[in-house]
Amino acid sequence: MATTQRTEIATIDMAEILKNHGHSRDNLIPLLQDIQEHLNYLSPEAISRVADHLGLSENDVYGVATFYAQFRFHPPGRHRIKVCQGTACHVRGGGMVLDAISRKIGIVPGETSPDGNFSLERVACFGSCALPPVVVVDDTVYGRMTARKTEKLIEDLE
Amino acid sequence: MSFAEIQQKAGRSWDRFQSGETPRVLVGAATCGRAAGAMEVMRAFQQGCAADTTLTPIEIHEVGCLGMCYAEPLIEIRGPAGDRVLYESVTPAMVPDLIQIHLGQGRPVAEHALCRMLPQEHSDNGEHIPGFTDLPMIRHQLRIVVRNCGFIDPTDIDHYIARGGYSGIVRAMELGPEATIEEIKLSGLRGRGGAGFPTGLKWSFARKASGNPKYVICNADEGDPGAFMDRSVLESDPHAVLEGLLIAGYAIGANHGYVYCRAEYPLALERLRTGIAQMRANGLLGEDILGSGFGFDVTIKMGAGAFVCGEETSLMQSIEGRRGMPRPRPPFPAHAGLFGKPTNINNVETLAAVSAILEKSGAWYAGIGTEKSKGTKTFSLAGKITRTGLIEVPMGISLRTIIEDIGGGVLDGKGFKAVQTGGPSGGCVPAKHYDLPVDYEHLAQVGSIMGSGGMIVIDKESCMVDVAKYFLGFTENESCGKCVPCRMGTQHLLRLLTAIADGQADENDLETIRMIGDTMKKASLCGLGQTAPNPALTTLDAFMDEYLVHIRDHRCPAGVCKALISFAIDPKSCTGCMACAKVCPVEAITGSKKQPHVVDQQTCIRCGACRQACKFGAVLVE
Repeated sequence: MATTQRTEIATIDMAEILKNHGHSRDNLIPLLQDIQEHLNYLSPEAISRVADHLGLSENDVYGVATFYAQFRFHPPGRHRIKVCQGTACHVRGGGMVLDAISRKIGIVPGETSPDGNFSLERVACFGSCALPPVVVVDDTVYGRMTARKTEKLIEDLE
Repeated sequence: MSFAEIQQKAGRSWDRFQSGETPRVLVGAATCGRAAGAMEVMRAFQQGCAADTTLTPIEIHEVGCLGMCYAEPLIEIRGPAGDRVLYESVTPAMVPDLIQIHLGQGRPVAEHALCRMLPQEHSDNGEHIPGFTDLPMIRHQLRIVVRNCGFIDPTDIDHYIARGGYSGIVRAMELGPEATIEEIKLSGLRGRGGAGFPTGLKWSFARKASGNPKYVICNADEGDPGAFMDRSVLESDPHAVLEGLLIAGYAIGANHGYVYCRAEYPLALERLRTGIAQMRANGLLGEDILGSGFGFDVTIKMGAGAFVCGEETSLMQSIEGRRGMPRPRPPFPAHAGLFGKPTNINNVETLAAVSAILEKSGAWYAGIGTEKSKGTKTFSLAGKITRTGLIEVPMGISLRTIIEDIGGGVLDGKGFKAVQTGGPSGGCVPAKHYDLPVDYEHLAQVGSIMGSGGMIVIDKESCMVDVAKYFLGFTENESCGKCVPCRMGTQHLLRLLTAIADGQADENDLETIRMIGDTMKKASLCGLGQTAPNPALTTLDAFMDEYLVHIRDHRCPAGVCKALISFAIDPKSCTGCMACAKVCPVEAITGSKKQPHVVDQQTCIRCGACRQACKFGAVLVE
């Protein structure tokens, strides 16, 4: 059972991560970032552990975590596709690229495909505005993309 | 080690790097270069050089961004004869030639060369390669903030020190805090984060404020879509910024600094971490910096993806571990900032200018620019422009010089329509102001702002309603929701602009846009809400005709707004190459080979892929 295994790994990591952060409130965001870095998302259990560690309510921790675009509350797909929707990308067809990927893998931004292969995100701006439109797949930045090139990129990932 | 000894050591390391003893390859490996494939090219050089036994050992270094992003990947090669040539748009396939001919035989490969790095070096063997400073993109620039970007290895503190780095903090310590602030006042430097508040004055408020401890913060949360100056400087020359932060801390009497940098900039974060470790190793950070008795430390805080956190009071909330929501001012951060203590916040570019000003003097900086806008400003050129990239120019230069001479004009000669400056808080400057001098005052006169320095060039194929709708979509999404004018205002403006783009609005809606916009400007809590209506208001002023055509005729003249357009294929120019049919995601295009194709309007989703794919201009927008 993959899910059980994942929770176990999470438990082991968590104690280690919590140890590296102090108990004052200003550790909250770095702590959440650290956990997400290891676990790929923030599980309900993680939120609860963080709340205990900092002496905050879970409500308070969720309140902060949901405010920021970086945090996810569901496991992402094996390949994370992020499409830039910055101004430069927008005027050079970034929306077209996002629509094409969305059609290709059959999910809308913010979702993970049912087979767990892909998750799709729209990002406000990567700051690579000189090479629009920009697509980031698993931390590799691809510039000067077109709908067709992105579709091919995804086919190669499959 | 004394600073003089540190400088000597750095000088030796820099001389070795600069000398022609070892042939070398410099790879422009900032994010833009990487996105264009710089790392693949670097691997090709590593493998190719290792495999060629006839070559003397070659040094391969990563450097930052020269700002000529349109020509990425950029590779500089110094051959055995000492020629330093910059090659543009390098692909792994070109690498064997570059190794064999330039590194092996010492002859530059003219067909791939962009320029020579030093104009006077070595005669051309018949071929003409221009000098770096002769390039049209470089000629009008004055590089202060980006003085080292692309020239030094950003992971080597010695390179920064050898080029004058950290002599600014040494000079500040000789002057003392008060005189350091006077030096910044004399320079006339204004905050480069957007609002343009005099930096020296800001520092003097924080210095005079009572309270302990005090903090300095570097705002590196560059969330403006279309702006990447801060990223580029952090990736290419992190010490210029860190030294500025150190000077700011010394001047106001703070012993602790924060760098708040976006998580979307992983390479910038990595460079900052390396930089801070190197400062510590050289005694430039810690309890007793260079034996002066002044102690300072820096913490990096990674942003978590909220545009509003660029606003100073929100940013401080975020460091404290809260939702990044702004609070009313006063009290100003200078009196009650981070953790309720006196705090000074400056943007990346401001701090990079500070280190140069202390090194060279305030009077020197004040001699550049215009009367009220001193010095230089970096801009990121993007959108429909031929040479995209990062530039630094003296204040007061005209828009025309920036776009035509430096940027090479509008992409594919499609005609200049407007330039959007200042990101979502800014406005669109229409073509009639093409000769406008670019400084704080003149941009404000035409209803726009300097902002952080993003410039998105808009050509005649772009729709201004769509541009305004785009920005409102962004600010509506990024509004923190704390104050009603911003939360409701952005929603309503977006709804109205969407209705116009869909052809379902009437002329009264334009009045409503103005009314909501004015209310938001006056009543919003922070800069995000106060400036969010600007893209709508400035486009309404300058492009009323375009709005009216959408409303009255249900037509989008630029052919962008999906609800108002349809695609058709011109049978006269269609060659039947099938390129459009192949890219159509919904199979709306039919026709046999070498016969004109047809678009089925029922099936077509108006994505525009066919228009992009057609090489013959046969896809028409109606």
